[in-house]
Amino acid sequence: MKSRWWKGLILGAFSLFALTGCSEKYPVLHPVGPVGEQELFLIKFSTLLAAIVVIPVIALLIFIVYRYRDKPDNQAPYQPEWSESKTLEFVWWAIPILIIGILGAVTAKQTFALTHPPKNSGEPLTIQVTSLDWKWVFMYPDQHIATVNYAEIPAGRPIQFVLTADAPMNSFWVPALGGQEYAMPGMAMRLWLQADKTGTFEGKGANFTGKGFAHMTFDVKSVNESDFNKWVADVKKSAPALTKAGYKELRKPSVMGKKSFSSYPKDLFMDTVMKNGGKYMNNHWMMMDQQEKQMDHHDH
Amino acid sequence: MLESLKEFAGHFFVTGEPLIYMSDVAIVVVSLAIVFTLTYLKKWKWLWKEWLTTVDHKKIGIMYLISALLMLFRGGVDALLMRTQLALPNLHFLDPQHYNEIFTTHGTIMILFMAMPFLFALFNIVVPLQIGARDVAFPYLNAISFWLFFFGALLFNLSFVIGGSPDAGWVSYPPLTELATDPGPGENFYLLSLQISGIGSIATGINFIVTILKMRAPGMTLMKMPLFSWSVLASCIIIVFAFPALTVALALLMFDRLFGTHFFTMLHGGNPMMYINLFWVWGHPEVYIAVLPAFGVISEVVATFSRKSVFGYKSMVAALMVITVINYLVWAHHFFTMGASAGVNAYFAVATMLVGIPTGVKVFNWLFTMFRGRIRLTLPMLWAIAFIPCFAIGGATGVMLAAAPADYQYHNSFFLIAHFHQTLIGGVVFGLLAGLYYWWPKMFGFILDERLGKWAFWFFNIGFYVCFMPMYALGFMGMTRRVYTYPAETGWTGLNFVSTIGAYLMGIGFLLIVAQVLYSIKYGKRDVTGDPWDGRTLEWALPSPVPHYNFARIPEVSELDAWWHMKQNGETLAAQNKKAPLEPIHMPKNTGRPFIMGVFFFIAGFGFVFNWFWMGAIGLIGVVITLIARSQERDTEYEIPAEEIRRTESALGRL
Repeated sequence: MKSRWWKGLILGAFSLFALTGCSEKYPVLHPVGPVGEQELFLIKFSTLLAAIVVIPVIALLIFIVYRYRDKPDNQAPYQPEWSESKTLEFVWWAIPILIIGILGAVTAKQTFALTHPPKNSGEPLTIQVTSLDWKWVFMYPDQHIATVNYAEIPAGRPIQFVLTADAPMNSFWVPALGGQEYAMPGMAMRLWLQADKTGTFEGKGANFTGKGFAHMTFDVKSVNESDFNKWVADVKKSAPALTKAGYKELRKPSVMGKKSFSSYPKDLFMDTVMKNGGKYMNNHWMMMDQQEKQMDHHDH
Repeated sequence: MLESLKEFAGHFFVTGEPLIYMSDVAIVVVSLAIVFTLTYLKKWKWLWKEWLTTVDHKKIGIMYLISALLMLFRGGVDALLMRTQLALPNLHFLDPQHYNEIFTTHGTIMILFMAMPFLFALFNIVVPLQIGARDVAFPYLNAISFWLFFFGALLFNLSFVIGGSPDAGWVSYPPLTELATDPGPGENFYLLSLQISGIGSIATGINFIVTILKMRAPGMTLMKMPLFSWSVLASCIIIVFAFPALTVALALLMFDRLFGTHFFTMLHGGNPMMYINLFWVWGHPEVYIAVLPAFGVISEVVATFSRKSVFGYKSMVAALMVITVINYLVWAHHFFTMGASAGVNAYFAVATMLVGIPTGVKVFNWLFTMFRGRIRLTLPMLWAIAFIPCFAIGGATGVMLAAAPADYQYHNSFFLIAHFHQTLIGGVVFGLLAGLYYWWPKMFGFILDERLGKWAFWFFNIGFYVCFMPMYALGFMGMTRRVYTYPAETGWTGLNFVSTIGAYLMGIGFLLIVAQVLYSIKYGKRDVTGDPWDGRTLEWALPSPVPHYNFARIPEVSELDAWWHMKQNGETLAAQNKKAPLEPIHMPKNTGRPFIMGVFFFIAGFGFVFNWFWMGAIGLIGVVITLIARSQERDTEYEIPAEEIRRTESALGRL
C-alpha cells in the first residue's frame, strides 16, 4: 500500500506537469524566440539526465523496502556484515561523474553561446531599460522615443536590452522570450533577446525591490517591421516629451500604467548609470559600448 | 510631554494591525503565565540552578531543541499566513508591507533560528556520547553559544511588535537595505540578531571540531567513529570557514546604516555586488552546514533499523569530505543572472553540478545498507525512508538549476522556491525529525508514541508534496517569488490554491507532533534499558536519560559500531565499568556568566537597533566585564566522588 502512494504522487506530479504544460500560461515551456528555445533545450536535457539517476533510486527504494522487511517469514537473504563492494562503488561514482561531465560540457557551451546573438541574425535593435520604483522605463536610443511599462519590438531581429536601475537592484525578465538579468544601479548590463513570432508577452521584475514590487509587470509586444516603424512614428508624432522634471516624477515611488514619450533628454540613460556610481565601475567594455552608441546617434 | 511620549510609543511599538495587537496580547499573557507558574511551583531557583547556569552538553542540547521547536511554530505560522494570502488572486488578507515582513521573518527564522539550533541540539546531545566523552571540549563556551543564540533570536522575534520587522527578504540585499530605501529599525534587528547568534555558531563550530578531534575514547580512531560524528565534524569545519564571511557582510552593512559608510550604497563608491558575494560565500556553505548532519542522522538510522552495517563507510567519509571542500567553491550559482561573464558562470555551473556527485553516492550507499538487511519501520526509519526520494528529487532540481542558462529562467521564480524547500524540508527537516525520534528516548527516558507519530508523518509528507510540487509548475508559468499577490489572468490560481491546502496539511502534521509529545510525556513507553532500538553506537550503552557525567569509566573501543560489537561479544557497559576501580570525576561547575553575557549582548543589540549608542555601549561594556570576570575565575571545577558514581551506576544497572 505504501509503494502505491509514492508512485501515485510522483505520477500525479509529472502529469500535472505534462498535461497543463500545453498552454501559453507556461511561457518558459513555450518560448517564442531562439534564446528561450536554447534555454528550454537545456531545461529538458538536464531533466532527462537527472531522471536517469532519480527514477532508479526511487524504484530501488520501493523494491528494497518491500523485499527486506523485518518479518518473521521473510525468506530474502540477510547479510548483516556485507558493507563493501568495489564494483558497486565504482558504478555509482562513475555514472554520476559521466552524467555531470556531459551536462557540464553542454552547459558551458551554451553559456558562452548565449552571450550574443549568432552571426547572421540581422541588425540588432538597442533598447535601454531603467528599473525604477515600481515601473520600467524603456528608451530607444536609435528612435529617440521612450515608454513606460511596455515596449514594442520588431519580430525576427535580436534586441539588445541594456539594463540599469535608478532604484534598488531588480531583475528584468520576459519568460516567453528567454532568461532574465539583473538591472543594477551604476551598471549597464547587456541582455539579448529575440521574438520570432508576433504577440504580446508579459515581463516582470524578478528581484525584490520593496512594497510595489509585485506590480512591476510590463508588456513586450512583438510586431512585424513595418508595424514597428509605424508605431515609432505614431509615438513621435502624438506623445508628449519626457523632460528632466518628468523623469524626476517617474523616479518617485509609485505604480502606474503604460506611458509613451516622443523624446527624452539626451544621454539620460548614461547619465543615470554614471550618477549611480557608474564612474566607479571598471566595466569599460560596457561603458564604452554604450558611449559609442550614444556618439553614433549624435551624428544622425 | 504626553504628546512626545505618544509619538515615541507610536514609532516604538508596531501599531495599526489587528494581528499584531493579538500577538501583543498573546505575548503578555504567555509571559505572565510562565512567571506565575514558576512562582506558584517555587521553581525559580530550580530554573537558575538546573538550566540557566548549566554547562552540561545534554541540557544545553535540550534547550536548543525547545527553542528550535518554538521557532518552527513561529516560522510555520508565517508560512501559513503567506500561503493564505496567496491562495487566491488579489486577496488583501495581508497588505504588501506586512507580507514582505512575513516572508523575511519566515526565511530568517527557519534557517537561522530553527534549523541551526535543531542541528546544534543534536550535536550537543549525541556527539559526546557517541565518541565516549564526558562533555564537549569547552563546556563554558558551549553555554555561551546557546545564550548568544537565544538572545539573538529573542531580539529578532521582538521586532514584529517593537520597531517593526525587517522586510527585505532573508538575504537582505543592498541597495534595498540601505537607509535611503529602508529606514527604520527593522533591518537593524536583522543585522544585529544574526551577528550576535552568529558568534555563538562560530564558537559551536570550534567547540565540536576540538571535541571530535581530541576527545574520542581510546581505540576510537577517526575511521572507527560513527558517521553522525563525522558529519558533525564536516559541518563544523564548514561553519568555521563560512561564518566569518557573514560576520563581515553584516558588519559592513551595519556600518553603512549606523555610521554612514558607503560599502554597499548606490552612491559614493559603494558596490552592492560585494555584499551579495560575501553573503553567498557564507550562504551556500550554510545549507551544507545544515544538510550534512542530516545525512549523518540518516546513516545512523538506516543502519540501525536495517540491522546492518552502513554500506561503504570509507566512501561515505570521503563523500562528506569532498562535499566539505567543493561546497565552498560554488556560491555564485545564487546569482548567475547578476551579469558575470560566461566564463565565470560556466565555472560555477560545473562546480555546482560536481557537488551533487558525492551526494548521489551517499544515496546509493544508504540504499545498499538497507539491501539484504532486515528493515524495521519505526518512526525514525519512516522519516529516513521519506527523506530519500524527497531529497533525491530536490537534489535533481538543484542540478537542473546549476545549468546556468536554464537558471536564467528559473532564478527567483517559484521553481527555485520549490527546489530549496524540497532540499531543506525533505533533506534537513526530515533528517532532523528522524534524529529527534531516534534520540528522544536517550534524552528523556521515554519513547514517543508510534501511532500519533505515524499520523503526523503522513499528514506532513503528503502535505509537503501537495504544497511544493505545484510550485515547480508555477515557476514555468512565470511566477516570481516575494510577490504578495497576483492577478487572476495569469492562470496561477489553481496551483496556488492546491499549494495552500498542502501547507495546511503540513500544519496539521506539526500539531500532531505536538500532540504526540504531550501525550507521550504521560503515556509514552518508558525506556528502561537505554537501548530501545538495539542500537549500534556507544550512546546506546548508557542508561536513558544519561547520568550527569555520561560514562563512569571511559570505554575502550576497538571497532566501528562499537556498541554493536560489544553486544555481539556479550560485553556490557557494566563489564567495562568493572575493569578497574571507579575514579572520581572532574566536572565543570555551573555558572551564570554565559547567561549574563547573553543579556548584555541583548542590551547592546537592542541599543544599536534604535541607534541608542549609549545603550549599545553599556551592553558592550557589560560583555567585556563578563569576559574579564571569567578570566579571573579560578574555581571552575568540582569533583564527583567515586562512591557517588558507584551508587548511581548500580542504581542504573551498570555495575
